[in-house]
Amino acid sequence: MFAKPLAAAAAALLLTGAAFAQDSIIVQSTTSTANSGLYDYLLPIFQDKTGITVNVVAVGTGQAIKNAENCDGDVLLVHARPAEEKFVAAGYGTVRIDLMYNDFVIVGPEADPAGVGGMEDVQAALQKIAGTGALFASRGDDSGTHKKERALWSDAGIDPTTASGDWYRETGSGMGATLNTGIGMGAYVLTDRATWISFANKQDYTVQVQGDADMFNQYGVIPVSPDKCPSVKVEAAQTFADWLVSAEGQAAIAGYKVADQQLFFPNAPQN
Amino acid sequence: MSDAALITPLRAAHAPGPTPLLPLAVRDLTLRFGDTTVLDSVSFDLSPGGCTMIMGPNGAGKSLLLKLLHGLMAPTSGRIDWGGHSAHAATPRQALVFQKPVLLRRSVAANIDFVLKARRKDRARRDALLEHVGLAHKTRQPARLLSGGEAQRLALARALATDPEVLLLDEPTASLDPASILAIETIVAEARARGTRIICVTHDLGQARRMADEVVFLHRGRVAEQARAVDFFPQPRSAAARNYLDGRIVV
Amino acid sequence: MGEALGLAIGLVLSGDADLAEIVGLSLRVSLTATGLACLIGLPIGALVAIGRFPGRSAVLVLMNALMGLPPVVVGLLVYLQLSRSGPLGFLGLLYTPTAMIVAQTILIAPIVAALSRQVLEDLHVEYAEQFRSLCLTTTQTVQALIWDARYSLLTVGLAGFGRAVAEVGAVIIVGGNIDHLTRVMTTAIALETSKGELALALALGMILLVIALVVNGAVQTIRMSAVRQAHV
Repeated sequence: MFAKPLAAAAAALLLTGAAFAQDSIIVQSTTSTANSGLYDYLLPIFQDKTGITVNVVAVGTGQAIKNAENCDGDVLLVHARPAEEKFVAAGYGTVRIDLMYNDFVIVGPEADPAGVGGMEDVQAALQKIAGTGALFASRGDDSGTHKKERALWSDAGIDPTTASGDWYRETGSGMGATLNTGIGMGAYVLTDRATWISFANKQDYTVQVQGDADMFNQYGVIPVSPDKCPSVKVEAAQTFADWLVSAEGQAAIAGYKVADQQLFFPNAPQN
Repeated sequence: MSDAALITPLRAAHAPGPTPLLPLAVRDLTLRFGDTTVLDSVSFDLSPGGCTMIMGPNGAGKSLLLKLLHGLMAPTSGRIDWGGHSAHAATPRQALVFQKPVLLRRSVAANIDFVLKARRKDRARRDALLEHVGLAHKTRQPARLLSGGEAQRLALARALATDPEVLLLDEPTASLDPASILAIETIVAEARARGTRIICVTHDLGQARRMADEVVFLHRGRVAEQARAVDFFPQPRSAAARNYLDGRIVV
Repeated sequence: MGEALGLAIGLVLSGDADLAEIVGLSLRVSLTATGLACLIGLPIGALVAIGRFPGRSAVLVLMNALMGLPPVVVGLLVYLQLSRSGPLGFLGLLYTPTAMIVAQTILIAPIVAALSRQVLEDLHVEYAEQFRSLCLTTTQTVQALIWDARYSLLTVGLAGFGRAVAEVGAVIIVGGNIDHLTRVMTTAIALETSKGELALALALGMILLVIALVVNGAVQTIRMSAVRQAHV
């Protein structure tokens, strides 16, 4: 008696799936780029020009790479160079191209309990935070930002995970969620500048540490390889990657501003 | 206008099964729940046609006997033989009207429609059935808003919708007013007249006198007496029945 | 709170197209999932309600336990099936509303099954003997029970809908929270929260609450009229 409606429902389900636009691609990207509003600015420009719809799935870099390895994306746009190079070397991506950069900053409360305000030397700043036992909120989610943060701690000669749960708090969440949590508990947070500028819940937080060359944050773009993933929309994906690194795409990236500040700095190699 | 006056004759008669259900032979029927023996080696025979009243004091096992005869329960031991059929096989050719009618949460008409559809009967008979039990003017009403008497008449109409060869009634008029009792007795009497075998449990002596062709008197889980009504009421043979009729017996 | 309330009212009054799209998708996904969960859960609930079979109590425990399925686990399981590298990847359903419907259906079907089992079993206690006397088949019994309990079952459906429309863990994994494609109320709230737009997030939450109130109110009205008709 229930067979008929079930079959009809199943048919309706498949139809919905089939209706998914042919001329669209999925970009596996990071919360930091998506939260900054960059895509909301770039994608309409790209779509007007090419007619291709770009759907962005914003997760941590670790999950974005994993999803792309599962062939659940056509383009990977993240910021963790060693992991990206591994991805290409394993055959999942055709090529990795430098796209743009911004930088990381350490934000903290006005009270500045570790006294790191105005410092440039990130190693010294981290040593001070660890030394005073001031709270530090980490992404703890294997994202690009998290990978960068661990590298910085390691350069500073500190293993903060021994203090995990004490002054070192791993939220296991995205950039925005970690900022919300960190600000809530008065902890220092390492964040990319783009997310910070567009972040709305700053309260009394300001940038405390910035300007170290080690805090450079490079984004790369990688079309997913059709050899590993036959379902990939090769042409549309390539069109998108080509446009991003073209003079026009690069100019568009440079043109995205929040509160009169440029958030990303294009640096794709130009021939 | 009394309820009985509303009742019009019903024409459709039941289609007999391959072999008749009567005579009924009950042999050594015993029902126990744990250490309690409810029916103790009950044996009796019923011949075709007419109305048999099952009587006896509270706790004599009358209602349970009815459910056993209808195949709703299995006895601990003993046999029920409906003209060669087991009680279970006989169920579809019988209808049981419970003391408290269980009506669907639907309209009066839908309660009949449901049975006609479920049992693959002619759906067009609904109006005739409702007219027969005097509910034609209430077809659209929610069944659960009917009075006690109306609800029981609807239950009877539903039972008759299945064209039963045997109509089992479990105290169908308990706690109803005299007009409702008369209406229900009239419907049952008409079914009997059309050849439906009636087996009815009752505590109502007046009803038993009005309706019975035969009485089976149960006492303490045993058949104390089986007799023709014309013999039973003026001159019961068993002491238990005598005391009961005199209003003296307590279990 | 005041700021959020003002924002919520402003969003609704301005007829914001993005908001309408997100609300529409939320309702479409969760109502469809509720409908499918009822198609699956009601017959299962009914069969367990009227059935007496070995292992029944184990099935009951399992059904009740599945009511507590974490949405994120359901999302992950569905993701692994629908991923291009998964067994159902060829369907191309990941990151579509369909995937979200599938995940929510799996999430709430046990709720519908377990709660309807309780409702139908209570009704069956009342009807069982009469139905056996009428020699109804199992299918006829199940149909009659579901139909007669339909107003109580509305509440069961409502419980399922409430869980579906409020969950974020499953739809964010299988839907991907893609703007104009798979963004629903809860994933939009999660996104605005992560952007630090707490007032906007709360405003969206208030709108979601109002939607839930309207749906519940509509069902309650239907139920009340049923009570007046003595069908409950």
